[in-house]
Amino acid sequence: MKMRNPQLNENGELQHLLTIEGLPREVLTHILDTASSFVGVTEREVKKVPLLRGKSVFNLFFENSTRTRTTFEIAAKRLSADVINLNINTSSTNKGETLLDTVDNLTAMHADMFVVRHAQSGAAHLIAQHVPKHVHVINAGDGRHAHPTQGLLDAYTIRHYKKDFTALSVAIVGDVLHSRVARSLIHALTTLGTPDLRVIGPQTLLPTGVEKLGVRVFHDMNAGLRDVDVVVMLRLQNERMRGPLLPSAQEYFKYYGLTPEKLALAKPDAIVMHPGPMNRGVEIDSAVADGEQAVILPQVTFGIAVRMAVMSILAGN
Amino acid sequence: MKTQIQNGRVIDPKHGLDKVQDVYIAEGRIVGLGTAPDGFRPDRVVDAKGLVVMPGLVDLAARLREPGFEHKATLQSEMHAAVAGGVTSLACPPDTDPPLDEPGLVEMLKHRARVLNLAPVYPLGALTSKLEGERLTEMAEVRDAGWVAFSQAERPVVDTEVLWRALQYAATFDFAVWLRPQDAFLGKAGVAHDGEVATRLGLPGIPSFAETIALATLLQLARATGTRLHLCRLSTAEGVEMVRKAKEEGLKVSCDVGAHHLHLSEMDLGYFDTHCNVMPPFRSLRDRDALREGVREGVIDAVCSDHTPLDEDVKQMPFGESEPGATGLELLLPLTLKWAQESKLPLVKALARVTCDPARILGIDAGHLGLNAVADVCVFDPEGWFKVSPETLKSQGKNTPFLGYELPGRVRYTFVAGHLCYEAA
Repeated sequence: MKMRNPQLNENGELQHLLTIEGLPREVLTHILDTASSFVGVTEREVKKVPLLRGKSVFNLFFENSTRTRTTFEIAAKRLSADVINLNINTSSTNKGETLLDTVDNLTAMHADMFVVRHAQSGAAHLIAQHVPKHVHVINAGDGRHAHPTQGLLDAYTIRHYKKDFTALSVAIVGDVLHSRVARSLIHALTTLGTPDLRVIGPQTLLPTGVEKLGVRVFHDMNAGLRDVDVVVMLRLQNERMRGPLLPSAQEYFKYYGLTPEKLALAKPDAIVMHPGPMNRGVEIDSAVADGEQAVILPQVTFGIAVRMAVMSILAGN
Repeated sequence: MKTQIQNGRVIDPKHGLDKVQDVYIAEGRIVGLGTAPDGFRPDRVVDAKGLVVMPGLVDLAARLREPGFEHKATLQSEMHAAVAGGVTSLACPPDTDPPLDEPGLVEMLKHRARVLNLAPVYPLGALTSKLEGERLTEMAEVRDAGWVAFSQAERPVVDTEVLWRALQYAATFDFAVWLRPQDAFLGKAGVAHDGEVATRLGLPGIPSFAETIALATLLQLARATGTRLHLCRLSTAEGVEMVRKAKEEGLKVSCDVGAHHLHLSEMDLGYFDTHCNVMPPFRSLRDRDALREGVREGVIDAVCSDHTPLDEDVKQMPFGESEPGATGLELLLPLTLKWAQESKLPLVKALARVTCDPARILGIDAGHLGLNAVADVCVFDPEGWFKVSPETLKSQGKNTPFLGYELPGRVRYTFVAGHLCYEAA
């Protein structure tokens, strides 16, 4: 029965960032614009602004991810927050403490913001519905569901290089089934008005009814890449390369790996993105990953500005 | 103790009766309808003006949690919930700990239920030892222990050779076998209907054909063996069609659906509402509508509570880690009434699905108000809407997706064998 959008406070402002789905275009644009203003900060010699001074940000990672945790940590520190990192795979939940008990304990230590990564879809929602009113929750990836700051940094990168969302063709290639990155990017781009959004992959890696998210489905990569402006490659997890979903990494690379030949089907100025970490020779050829059209490292840089934007906006609401 | 229930609207689906009249009860049985037997002097008169007097409900699936899961609920708490919901006969599946796979355990459960002196409990025996799907239980040996049928609860028999032999063996003695059609592999890691909502929420899916493939196997084996087969908790439109055809063909099959499945769909998962984590999962709106129509037509014989009381801790978890199930004994009548109203179905027809039809499947003489029948009676207020809240539920489990709903049909009195077991405050 709790059907109110759990991300918004009673004034309709962003209280938590849990998913991009359902957020109005103005909210997304506001985050991207704010991120723009922070890109300057990260390039200065003194890379700090005092917006979160005195606030405690808890990085609550139930699933290992050095990279994402580090970018959140840098973002929070550049906003002058105190950052506490907790990797919980190995500590309390193994001793039988429930997720919400852990959260209660940390709340009692006066956390102002939780950045949560968890292997289960919906974990960040659960925490957001549980914490006291002054605490903010940022979803840093929950199961297959959402990774909203990644979706936003992808949107930021696309806007940076392509300016206007409303005339673009974007292709997302690979393991959409297990990908929170893909879901968040699809929601971001449909909200921002991208008219042609495609997903490309074998049937085993596309979720049931994915077209209902507003995408066109391609199983043939050559057809799917034709004339696109943006190619987003998804990471293929090691454990999925051989088994009931795929026969081998080699066969996957042959049909769904991005090579210079396949990239040539896209527009000449198309950009190539990847959320990282990459599997070279599985989903992407090194010649593409290191090539001129790749914007994979700028994505990482923009990611810090986007996370600073999200944190400062939440702290201000 | 002689009781007269006065001026109620008496509805007895089995006999097509819907009429304002008095009901006379003596020595635990119905001794008169409309006119009192000669010399009847009531010790107690119950005024049922404006109320409906119906047979006590017969529920085909109520987990009473004993033995083994007393921290979730106890026999006592759940039997009180049953009579508060007007339920006077309950079948309970064998997925206790240990599973109900030997006569001693069944005898103990029946004895514990008898001591409480509330409603009779009809335990289902395990079809295979420890529900492991490998070795048959001693079905014939223990028929006198009071097993009404044999079931695997939520554990499919993986080995189809064992399944075939188990059905053959049961058919030898004309035992009924109750199984939920669920493939052991398809959607094994799934927690929600494999469809639009699961895709959006990133929840691993259970496809509809996990049900229909298992159903096809079961129907083939029922055809081959002649076993009386009861199919538990249908959830798909295609499944309803398969059962319809099987019945037309003349197979000895019956089936039921959980009351919550008549109202909710995948859409109700909302923002990961773990109270909507049930097995089988809530499926599409099309499936839900097919289930409603199936019950109306009688392709689906019975509506059950699929009562699964859980403690709140196991629902306060990420959706995929939360335990499936909903408490249901006290909502079986309200949800059936809501469905009947929305389907514009007369009560005398609708209520058959929770009284005489499930009694027929269980093979017990209950669920009707015929002369000399055991006086299991439920008296409810058809205008008595109430808001479902943890406080209104007697069950130890407060886990229901209907929290906050206004539902019709407040139970006022429940009689079991003429004994007043529940009276609303």
